[in-house]
This record gives sequence, C-alpha cells and structure tokens, in this order.
Amino acid sequence: MIDYLVRYYDRLLAALLEHLEIVLLAMLFSVVLAALLTLLCQFSERLSKLLVHLLSVVYSVPSLAMLALMIPLTGLGTVTAVIVLVIYNQYLLLRNILAGLDGVDRGVTEAAMGMGMTRLQLLWQIKLPLAKKAVVAGLRIALVSTVSIATIAASINAGGLGAILFDGLRTMNTAKILWGSLLSAALALGADRLLALAERKSA
Amino acid sequence: MNAVTFQNVSKRFKGAGRSALENVSFTVEEGEFVTVLGPSGCGKTTLLKLINRLYEPDSGQILLFGEDTQGVDLVKVRRGIGYVIQQIGLFPHWTVAENVATVPKLLKWDRDRIRARTDELLRLVGLEPEEYKNRYPSQLSGGQQQRVGLARALAVDPKIMLMDEPFGALDSITRGKLQQELLALHRETGKTFLFVTHDIEEAFLLGGRVLILDGGKIAQFDTPEAIIRRPAEGFVRSLVESAREKGRFWEAYL
Ligand SMILES: Nc1ncnc2c1ncn2[C@@H]1O[C@H](COP(=O)(O)OP(=O)(O)O)[C@@H](O)[C@H]1O
Ligand SMILES: [Mg+2]
Repeated sequence: MIDYLVRYYDRLLAALLEHLEIVLLAMLFSVVLAALLTLLCQFSERLSKLLVHLLSVVYSVPSLAMLALMIPLTGLGTVTAVIVLVIYNQYLLLRNILAGLDGVDRGVTEAAMGMGMTRLQLLWQIKLPLAKKAVVAGLRIALVSTVSIATIAASINAGGLGAILFDGLRTMNTAKILWGSLLSAALALGADRLLALAERKSA
Repeated sequence: MNAVTFQNVSKRFKGAGRSALENVSFTVEEGEFVTVLGPSGCGKTTLLKLINRLYEPDSGQILLFGEDTQGVDLVKVRRGIGYVIQQIGLFPHWTVAENVATVPKLLKWDRDRIRARTDELLRLVGLEPEEYKNRYPSQLSGGQQQRVGLARALAVDPKIMLMDEPFGALDSITRGKLQQELLALHRETGKTFLFVTHDIEEAFLLGGRVLILDGGKIAQFDTPEAIIRRPAEGFVRSLVESAREKGRFWEAYL
C-alpha cells in the first residue's frame, strides 16, 4: 500500500484535486440554487411544500441510475456529474433550510411582520440568523454527501478519487481500492470538521 | 376624527365552521383608550390583526384615520402602527437597543437620531439605558421584556397602538404596575389605544370604553359605568355577574 503511494502519489494527488474540484463546483452551484429556491419559497407555502416533496422524490433515485439518466442529456464527464450532485443537494439543503426557517418562534415573526418588515427583510434580518444552525447542518450533510456521491461520478468519466477506486475494483488492486476510499473518507471528514469549526467561530 | 372604523366586517377562516368575526361595525375616536374584552376564541386577535392587515377581511371596510386600509401600501400602514403582543416577540439575536430601533432602522433614520430616540424610549418605559440597552432579551425578566416590547412599538411615535393581551403572561404585581404606567402614557401622549384582554378587571380598569365580543359579534360597546349599570342581556350580564361573584369572594376576607 505504501508502495503504491510512493510510486503513484502524483496520480493520487491529481485524483484528489480533481475530486475536490467537482465537490467545490457542485457545492457552489448547489448553494446558489438553494438560495434562489429558498427565496422563491418565501412567497408561497404551497409552492415550498410541493418543491420539497418533488425534491425528495428525485433524491430517492439511486445515484448510478441518475447519472445514467443524465447521459443522453448532457453526455459523459464532469458537467453531468456536477449537475447530478447539485440536484441531489437541493433536497438536503432545502429541507434543512426551510425546516429551520419554519422553526423560528411565531411570536418573533409575527412581531416582525406587524412592525412592517417586508418578506425579504424578515427572511434576511430575522429568520436566517435565527435558523443559522439548521442552515449549517444542511450544508454539512450536503458536503459529506457530495464528496461520497462524487466518487460514483467516476462511472461516467468525471474522474476524481472514484476513478482510482473503480480501477482498483476492476483489476482487483487492493491498494487502489483502499487509497480511493481512504482519501474520499478523509476528504469528507475534513470538510465536515472545517464547516463545524467555521460554525463555532461565528456563533 | 375617527381613528378606526369597521363597517360590516366579516372574517371566516378557511375550513372553519363559523365566522371568527361576523358583520362587525364600530368606530373608535382618535385619542380613545378602548379595550376589547371576551373569552378565548371570540375573535379579539382577529379584530386586531384585521387592522394591521396581518389578516384580510372577507367583506366589509376598515378605515384607519379615515383611509381605507385596503387602498394603502401594507408595509407603510404597519410601520405607522404600534403593535404589542402577548408573546412579546423580541428578536433574540438583537440587543435591547437594536430591538427598540427596529422600525427607525426600517425607515432609515440616521444613527444619532436612532441612538437618542432609543435612550429616550427606554427611559420612558422605566429602563435605565446604560444598564439595559446592550443586554439581550434572554437577560431580562418577563416584565422588562414587555417594557422593551412597548418601547419598540412606540419608537416612531405611531398615532395608534394595537396591544394583544400584552400583560397576559406577567405576574399580577408587575401587571398592575404596567397597567398604571400605560394609563399615564395614554394621558400624556393622547394616542389611540386598542387593547385586547380576556380579563374583565383589566378591561374595565384601562378602557374608556369596553368593546365586548361574544362569538365573533359585538355584545356591547360602552363605557365601563354604562355596562355595569345596564349590561346587555345574556353574555354581558353573566360576565358582570361573575366579576361581582369574585368581588364578593374577596370581601369575605375583609
Ligand atoms: N390563522 C387562523 N387560522 C384558522 N383559524 C383561526 C386563525 N386564527 C384564529 N382562528 C379561529 O378564529 C376564531 C377567533 O380566534 P381569535 O381571534 O384568535 O380569538 P381570541 O383572540 O379572542 O382568542 C377561533 O375560533 C380561532 O380558532
Ligand atoms: Mg387572542
């Protein structure tokens, strides 16, 4: 195993960076899209329920199937992988954010509305700060899930740590399987710790 | 001038068997202190929220200082109304000073003006600014929290105050003190007050007139003296009677 690391560390590093790139891109687009959808949900309770329900159905599609389904639309490669990851994340992010916003004390939101805050002022100044815990929890879950689902994206030639893992599986190379899994797990844990730390710092 | 006018206002919530308010008409003159009295579920909160349009009426008209509330910008209407609720609803992540400055900030007052006004308001409700303005709501007693709630509602000097059982969760000593201070505030400012309560003593103590609601309809709307002297048949009579019973209970110990 150490042997493999010494011999192919540049290949491993490249895979790790590739993986990181997919994850960061996916998270960036996920957060932007989730923010827009959250905004949209402020204007209709019914829309927000429908959306979360819809997203939960999509989320229940296995990732391999989802990747395969996307190939005819966007082809093989990183773009498709990122799109699929963004779609999955919408459920994780939206559900957590909306539940957090909904959990804000009724008396607080009623006072804010009664004093003449607009919906966006209410969201930005009152609800989001008070729902910070839930928002960060959603981000953490999405991040960990993105790191792990991104390995599966190697099956559509998106590269990353999954490529090494699948390679190892095909050739029964234990070192490859282990390094692929280990690095992916370490990446997930590391990213999660980082977010947890950022949360504590800002609290 | 009339501060508030209801003309045949009805409101029924979706899925509810009966109307929360049915064909309600009344007027409140500018400068009056009107209490709205009735048992839980009779429509008191609904009546108040129709005024600041947290609820919309199904039919009828609501005028605020002569202007139809339907015609004006919702946010603007609300910023001109002082609103105090039983849950108080202070923003837990903001300091006392920031809470009090909520509407001035929405109206983009400059910083010095906001600071001066905040200090003035805290003093008005009996909280020493230096001691309290940098605290968070969780660092205050219930009575102090409602004082901040009151200061926050008074911030931009609204002509009318809507108060929904504001002292309902306070102990009777704190409540008595705040009732007296509220009466003094009314005398000094001449603002119009609409004050909701289910407590008959509070209603009769504070109200220049008392609007008694029963099942979404006005049972009687008159001065406390007139109601006690000539209670309307039925609900109001039994209400006054039960208050008398309570008085007799205490007299037995004198
Ligand atoms: N948001 C709402 N949705 C549905 N029904 C409501 C709502 N608010 C009040 N009601 C109903 O309207 C009636 C009057 O309620 P409310 O005005 O809150 O009474 P009160 O403040 O006098 O206790 C009650 O029957 C209550 O259940
Ligand atoms: Mg009520």
